[in-house]
Amino acid sequence: MADQKRDTKLLDELEKGPWPSFVKEIKNASKTSPVCDDLLGQLELSYEEKKGHWKHGGIVGVMGYGGGVIGRYSDVPEQFPQVAHFHTMRVNQPSGWFYTSGSLRTLCDIWERHGSGLTNMHGSTGDIVFLGTKTDELEPCFKELGEAGFDLGGSGSCMRTPSACAGMARCEWACYDTLKMCNDVTHQYQDELHRPPFPYKFKFKFSGCPNDCVASIARSDMSVIGTWKDEIQQDDAEVAAYAAAGMDIQNDVCANCPSKCMKWDGKKLSIDNHECVRCMHCINVMPKALRPGKERGATILIGAKAPIVQGALLASVLVPFVPADELMDTLKELVSRVWEFWDEYGKNRERIGELIQRVGMSNFLDAIGLDPIPQMVTAPRDNPYIFFKGEE
Amino acid sequence: MAAEPVKRITDIGPPSYEKFLHPVIKKNYGLWKYHETLAPGVLCHVAESGDKLFTVRAGSPRLLSVQSIRLFADLADKYCGGYLRFTSRNNVEFLMDNKDNIEALKKDLLANGFPVGGTNNAVSNIVHTQGWVHCHSSATDASGIVKAVMDALYDRFTHENLPAKLRIALACCLNMCGAVHCSDIAILGVHRKPPKVNHDTLPKTCEVPTLIASCPTGAIRPATVNEKQSVEVVEDQCMYCGNCYTVCPSMPLNDPDNDGISIWVGGKVSNARTTPKFSKLAIPFIPNNPPRWPEVVEAVVNIVEVYAKNAKKYERMGEWIERIGWPKFFELTGIEFTRYHIDDFKNAGLTYARSTHIKF
Repeated sequence: MADQKRDTKLLDELEKGPWPSFVKEIKNASKTSPVCDDLLGQLELSYEEKKGHWKHGGIVGVMGYGGGVIGRYSDVPEQFPQVAHFHTMRVNQPSGWFYTSGSLRTLCDIWERHGSGLTNMHGSTGDIVFLGTKTDELEPCFKELGEAGFDLGGSGSCMRTPSACAGMARCEWACYDTLKMCNDVTHQYQDELHRPPFPYKFKFKFSGCPNDCVASIARSDMSVIGTWKDEIQQDDAEVAAYAAAGMDIQNDVCANCPSKCMKWDGKKLSIDNHECVRCMHCINVMPKALRPGKERGATILIGAKAPIVQGALLASVLVPFVPADELMDTLKELVSRVWEFWDEYGKNRERIGELIQRVGMSNFLDAIGLDPIPQMVTAPRDNPYIFFKGEE
Repeated sequence: MAAEPVKRITDIGPPSYEKFLHPVIKKNYGLWKYHETLAPGVLCHVAESGDKLFTVRAGSPRLLSVQSIRLFADLADKYCGGYLRFTSRNNVEFLMDNKDNIEALKKDLLANGFPVGGTNNAVSNIVHTQGWVHCHSSATDASGIVKAVMDALYDRFTHENLPAKLRIALACCLNMCGAVHCSDIAILGVHRKPPKVNHDTLPKTCEVPTLIASCPTGAIRPATVNEKQSVEVVEDQCMYCGNCYTVCPSMPLNDPDNDGISIWVGGKVSNARTTPKFSKLAIPFIPNNPPRWPEVVEAVVNIVEVYAKNAKKYERMGEWIERIGWPKFFELTGIEFTRYHIDDFKNAGLTYARSTHIKF
C-alpha cells in the first residue's frame, strides 16, 4: 500500500513551471508520511469534480483549551481513509516570524512524529499551521510542543494570535517596538486566546509605521500603527546625493506628497511638518535622507474586518497618538473597556466593528469613556437625523 | 504516597522572539539608520553603528513540507549562522552579516527551485487561503491558482520593473481568511447558488436559532419539513456567503457548475500617498477550470500588463485607476462592465457617480 502512489494526472500539471510547486511539497512529504497519498488522492478528486471534499465541525482540541485546533473531516472517507480525520493545529509563531534553524528543525521533528509533515509558513493570521493530523495525535503533539517552548494559537470566538511586522529588529521606520508589544499582548491574554470568551474573533496586529506591513488597518479589530509627532529627520547632504544620482525630487517626491507640504528649489528640500500627514511616501523613496521623527509612538484604530457578516470594514481612528512608552498601558486599559462593552452588547458572530456600526460610534465612545474628537472622522455627518440626548 | 501527577504545560504562549534574533540584530535593535536594495530580493540594512545586515528573500508556495523547511534550516546554517525569518506574504528571508555569502545562497535557493525577489516594485508572493487542500467552504482551490498565476508572473517577482509594488491575494470564498479586500489584485472564489438544505440531518447537526442568526441578509427562516424542525432559504435574499454552512454542515453550497472566481482591483493597506482602500470589482465571474485556470491567469496578467504600461511611477493600481477613472480602466483592459459592477448592498449609493466630472 505504501508504494502504491495515487494517479494524480491533473495535479501533476501543477508541478510544471518555474514557481515552487505545492504539489511537489505534498509529494515530498508523502515520502515519510503516507497520509499525504490520500490527501493527494482527495485533492485530485476535487480537481476532477471542481468541488471541495472537506467537512467542517466536530469539536476537537487539547484538554483545557477551547481553540487552536480546527476539526476537519473528509466527506469521502471510504475512498481516502487516511485523511478521514485531518485536523489543523495552529501553533503560535514567535513575534515577527523570526526563527533559528534549530527551532525550525524541532518543529519539523514534532510534526513529523505526530502529523502529516505538511505546514503553512504561515497561516493568514500569523500562526505556524500544522496541516492534518488525527484526533489521537493532538494531545501528544501539544505535549511535545510545550516541552519545546511552543504553544497553540487561537481559533473560534477568542483573541486570535496577534502578529507584528519585523519592527525594530530590522527596520529603521519602526516607531515603537512591535515585536515586544505583540509578544507582551499575546502573553498577557493567554486565557482569552485559549478559552474563547467573546461573541466572535478579535484580532490584534502591530505595524511599526504607516506602511503597515501586516495589513493591520484592514485585518485587525484593534490596529496599532506606528507614527511620530515631531519633524521628519532630514539629512540635506543625502537629499543632495539622491538628486545628484538622478532622482527627480520635484516629481518623484514633492508632487506625490498628499498634503503638498514639501518644496524643492533645486538645492534644498523644505518640509512644512505641521502639514505632513505622515504617509511615508517621501521617506520610502529617500530612506537615506529622510526618517520618521524622534517623538515616536502609535495611532490606535478599531474595527477592521473582512466581509463576513455585514460587509468589510477598514479600521478607524480611536486614539491619534500614544507615546511609545505609554503604549502598553494605554492599550491594556482600552482593551478592557472595549471587551467589556462588546461582551455586554455584542451579538453572536458580531465583530467589534459591526457592533460599532450598529450602535453608533458616539454611543461606543460614551461606553468606553473616550471623548469624540475630529481626528476620528473624515468629515462630520451630512444628514440631519440627530438624536439629541434628553438632558441637552 | 501517590506520585504527584505530572504537571501539564499550558498557556506558556509563544517563545520569545529574542531567542531567535541574529547577533547583529540584537546589537542594533531599534538602532537602524537606513536600508538599500542591492538587487531584487536582496536588502541591506545599515545601523547607526555602521553594522550591516543583509537579507535574501525567496518565494515559497506557503504550503511547505518539513523537508523544505529543513532545507531552509540547512541553508541558514550554511550561510547565515542559522538565522532566518518568514514574511507576512509567505516569503522566507535569510539574514546574514556576511555579504560574500549572498550569491552562493541565491544560487542554492534557485537550484532548489525557490526564486529570489519580491521586493519593492515587484510582484510579491500571493497571500492565499487553503482551498480544496483543506477547507470546507471553498468555492475554488487556492494553491493551484496561485501556482499558475505566479508561473505567469515569475519575471515580475524576480525583477523590480513595475510602477510600484503590486500585491495579489487570493481567498477561496467570501469568508476571506486571506483578507483580500484591500489588495491591488484580489482573486476571490465565489459561490452563486444558495445552500441546499439537508432536512434529514439538519435537526441532529445544527442549532436552528444560531443558524438563522448567522445569515447576514436574514434569508434563513424556520420551517417544518416532514414534521421535523428545519429551515428554508429565501433564495432572492441569499448572496452565497457560506456563513450558514460554517455554523451548520447541513447547508452545503459547493456546486461545481456555479462556483468560480471573481477578480477585484485597486485596494491597498499602506498609507503612502493615498489612504488605504478596498479592492473593487473588475470581473464578476470566471468558471473554475482546473488544473491551471488559464482564463484566470490571462485576466490577471492582462490587468498587470495594462497597469505596468499605463501607470505613472509610484502609482499603485488603485491610485492609477483613480487618476484615469474607472471608465478608462474598463476600456484599457477590455473588461466588460455589467450590472453586477453596480453595488446594491448597504450604502450602495456612495459608489454612484455624484457629479458631472466625466471624461470623454
